[in-house]
Amino acid sequence: MQQETVRSETKETTYREAVREAIRDSMKRDERVFLMGEDVGRYGGCYAVSHGLLSEFGPDRIRDTPLSESGFTGAGIGAAMAGMRPIVELMTVNFSLLALDQILNTAATVRHMSGNQFGVPLVIRMATGAGRQLAAQHSHSLEGWYAHIPGIKVLAPATLEDARGMLWTALQDPDPVLIFENVMLYNMGGKLAVNAGPVDIDKAVVRRPGRDISLITYGGSLWKTLEAATVLAAEGIEAEVIDLRSLRPIDDATIMISVAKTRRAVIVDEGWRSGSLAAEVCARIVEQAFWSLDSPVGRVCSEEVPIPYPRHLENAALPQTPKIIAAAKTALARS
Amino acid sequence: MTAPADKPHLSREHMLDLLKQMIRIRRFEGKCVELYTQEKIRGFLHVYDGEEAIAVGVIPVLEKRDRIIATYREHAHALVRGVPMTTVMAEMYGKQEGCSRGRGGSMHLFDRATNFHGGNAIVGGGLPLAVGLALADHMQDNNLVIACFFGEGAVAEGEFHESLNLAALWGLPVLFVCENNLYAMGTALGISESEMDIQRKAACYRIASEAVDGMDVVAVEAAARRAVHAVRESHKPYFLECRTYRLRAHSMFDPQLYRDKSEVEAWRHKEPIARFQEWLQANHMVHQDDVSRIEAEIDAEIAQAVDFAEAGTWESVEQLTRFTYADRAVPTGR
Repeated sequence: MQQETVRSETKETTYREAVREAIRDSMKRDERVFLMGEDVGRYGGCYAVSHGLLSEFGPDRIRDTPLSESGFTGAGIGAAMAGMRPIVELMTVNFSLLALDQILNTAATVRHMSGNQFGVPLVIRMATGAGRQLAAQHSHSLEGWYAHIPGIKVLAPATLEDARGMLWTALQDPDPVLIFENVMLYNMGGKLAVNAGPVDIDKAVVRRPGRDISLITYGGSLWKTLEAATVLAAEGIEAEVIDLRSLRPIDDATIMISVAKTRRAVIVDEGWRSGSLAAEVCARIVEQAFWSLDSPVGRVCSEEVPIPYPRHLENAALPQTPKIIAAAKTALARS
Repeated sequence: MTAPADKPHLSREHMLDLLKQMIRIRRFEGKCVELYTQEKIRGFLHVYDGEEAIAVGVIPVLEKRDRIIATYREHAHALVRGVPMTTVMAEMYGKQEGCSRGRGGSMHLFDRATNFHGGNAIVGGGLPLAVGLALADHMQDNNLVIACFFGEGAVAEGEFHESLNLAALWGLPVLFVCENNLYAMGTALGISESEMDIQRKAACYRIASEAVDGMDVVAVEAAARRAVHAVRESHKPYFLECRTYRLRAHSMFDPQLYRDKSEVEAWRHKEPIARFQEWLQANHMVHQDDVSRIEAEIDAEIAQAVDFAEAGTWESVEQLTRFTYADRAVPTGR
């Protein structure tokens, strides 16, 4: 899992800076790596992730694009097929829908459809999630949709270590990898090892051990879930919190080991409930660990509305700590 | 027929080769249609009757190191590029000896050995890929030409405009080859485009362009030489519109309700093979014996391809999910 190296030295950083450092490090390590997307260069990135990289690496490798999501995503696929290691940045998951043809019909299919003659070693990064009052066309969480697609891998870094470490591993992968960065995490600060580096991209992690219930989540919801676990602990309920990290493939083993121990599970997912990633995880638990369960599997998802603008309605639409606490208590038949 | 004087390589040998390539495509696809009715080939089958002069005129002008992106009507492009007819036919059968391991079928012929980056069955979907292949070339300084074939139906797609803009904006060596056969499946050009002079659209993106009679193989080759030379020298895109006509149905499921038989017959008089052959014979460059010999050679090659496909094997179902991802351990970080 996370590096075993001794971390004697740490530094204060943010999620945003950790992603930036990951890009910088990748570009230094491998001259085939380049970043391409809307406003990644002169503007410094919509969320300021790539700020400063243009002057360091120049306009060929920090490549501003027109507002042509399908065009430049397809160009990233083509460049990857021809030996480059592109990082395509899509401003938000909502805009990624304009590139969905290329992601689904090309990136995800080419290796299989060509009988393994061509692969697409491409990384696509994008912002996802709500919480900044950006309303119904900039706030959705569609990573669960993408996790439906065989041929791609889907990551959701929730921690500074993963923000720093997943990119390089994803670039080493011979197949397309999508990385979803929750918008509410960019400003998150904390300590990160000075020597932090690549991490695995296929294992879930227990972020907080517990014996009473498994709370399974990823991305921006991880921190709300950990907060819920702290509140529950004060009431004598020891929740185990699992960060999925990879939404495709899903690390079933880590989930089932946890559920076998706690015998109860609640899944927290910022996507809409119907047809959600939470539904998939729930189904897997029912398929693989049904006889371990002491209560029905619970879900805390976004309400089934386009995300609204006003703060109080936006908050009400999303998974929040009180809802997670309530769902956990329901599973434990406590009130 | 275009006057030969201003065209390079008008040797008898070259003329015979152009003729042979076109007949080879026509007869191969004729066999495919026959095999389709026998249910040896299933799914969609899109044949190229009437359009052969384009693939034959353009592709041999490219170098081996150059790359090609094609559409779902791409048997001709694969054959002319040098993908063996045996593996193309096996692919049509869905056999694992096929050029895409049988996974792609008629619409998805791929061949790494000849830099044939595939039949793409999303109209317009190949254009951004071509831009990306060219971007990689630009960053690696390889001086390649990326030839991207697409029909005029693709012109209505956003990806067409995005790709032309990107290629011009970034100075990328893409040769855009529009195979304008006047129908996007059953939708006539006049029903889908406000500006029907397709090559003019390139000017909006400051891309040099040319329209050519796509049923005149000599004219297509001459235009392709100019185009490939321009791309190679300038490292900039070029747009070649080849005006042609699809003489057969869009696919095997198409009853052709959208056009009159008389229209098809009128175009049949311009069809590229008979036209070229008659011109060659009138100029005493080719004799009927040559044609008979060519046809016999091709028929033998087709028979061999069919035998190869028939003898091919089905991939075991255990291999079904293989190559959804690469065969290798998932990276584990450092």
